[in-house]
Amino acid sequence: MCLAIPGRVTTISGNDPLMKTGLVNFGGILKEVNLVYVPEVKVDDYVIVHVGFAISILDEKEAQKVFDTLNELENYEDPLQ
Amino acid sequence: MKFVDEYRNSKEAMQLADVIHRQTTRPWTLMEICGGQTHSIAKYSLQDLLPEKISLLHGPGCPVCVTPVTLIDKAVYIAALPNVIFCSFGDMLRVPGSKEDLFTVKSKGGDIRVVYSPMDVHKIAQDNPEKEVVFFAIGFETTAPANAMAIYQAKLEDIKNISFLISQVIVPPAIRSILESPDNRVQGFLAAGHVCTIMGYQEYEPISEKYQIPIVVTGFEPLDILQGIYLCIKQLEEGRAEVENQYSRSVRKEGNLPAQKNIQEVFQIVPRQWRGIGEIAQSGLGLREAYSRFDAEKKFPCEVDGQERFAECISGLVLQGIKKPHDCEAFGKSCTPESPLGATMVSTEGACAAYYRYQSVQS
Ligand code: SF4
Repeated sequence: MCLAIPGRVTTISGNDPLMKTGLVNFGGILKEVNLVYVPEVKVDDYVIVHVGFAISILDEKEAQKVFDTLNELENYEDPLQ
Repeated sequence: MKFVDEYRNSKEAMQLADVIHRQTTRPWTLMEICGGQTHSIAKYSLQDLLPEKISLLHGPGCPVCVTPVTLIDKAVYIAALPNVIFCSFGDMLRVPGSKEDLFTVKSKGGDIRVVYSPMDVHKIAQDNPEKEVVFFAIGFETTAPANAMAIYQAKLEDIKNISFLISQVIVPPAIRSILESPDNRVQGFLAAGHVCTIMGYQEYEPISEKYQIPIVVTGFEPLDILQGIYLCIKQLEEGRAEVENQYSRSVRKEGNLPAQKNIQEVFQIVPRQWRGIGEIAQSGLGLREAYSRFDAEKKFPCEVDGQERFAECISGLVLQGIKKPHDCEAFGKSCTPESPLGATMVSTEGACAAYYRYQSVQS
């Protein structure tokens, strides 16, 4: 139910702030998504979409952190082995 | 798919599992709140990667599972009315009520439609002005902004033939209730990444402090979950109890403010019944007075039974992390996803359904 998946915003339409929508590309499948809750969204941003609404804009820098932590862990732990 | 595939990489999952093994010195019991996380844990057999000392309990974060029988019964009653088009997310159709489920109503000719988004209901209402259109607005904080927008716009556009059967619940009171229970075994929580995408995680700080328990906001992909577990165990091993954010690519501390604003506009905090658990104070959302004409419970008043049909179902205990699906006598025998006895076997995010579906990969 709380399933929400990331996709890339390809177009944004609607001048009425309450009606802002866009086409989002989910791995090749395009869907119309309501963008009212991510007012600062730009074309090419990745958004997380739940039941037809974008609920956040993905932060690319933060997205990398999972992997940075892993690298740090590896570097830190290795000398101990 | 970007932002999906890289978090399913097995090499990195193994590295993380290895670090978890090295850091774990004592037995620890963690609970993931969200059914989506439970589903990933079963699907990718993540428990098998962990040291035996770590047990994962599956939490109550499945809105389909915790919607009370009374509301299912009301849905069944309303959906069977001749002038009604009843709209719902697909998962709700097979959830057992005290006598019937929505699927049975549909097979007897009830006009029940599965929708993808609450906003789809507006079009159905506009296309069918002679009918009453009712939407089963279930969900946690993640779904509340979508439901709130559908209701807000119904008022703005003054749509007369639309109403909402509300079953909205919120996570923090459920966490408190689990921690207050004398049977509680949970020593650390993985909080639900999409719930916190909406609400942020400030609300969790007083809980972590009061109960001295680590709470790690966690995503849904295998690497997210393993990293959430890593952070949680690290805190426990070091004797810390803090709120940390593993899912920072989507979750900001303050959450999504425009979404919170619209939730506030439409909903107020109310007590709610959780199926199998009972009433939890201040644990749900109900319509504010200004929106009460969209309340399907008021528009279609009815008396319902609200009693559980299957005494053998222990889904309430499963939802509180006290029992596991395997502990249920009916699991996989009289209870399967095709003929579920409890809601946790219906939703793909219910622990019983996740265990059943992936039992070939369960140890
Ligand atoms: S296996 Fe079926 S009967 Fe048993 S707890 Fe799960 S849903 Fe209930």
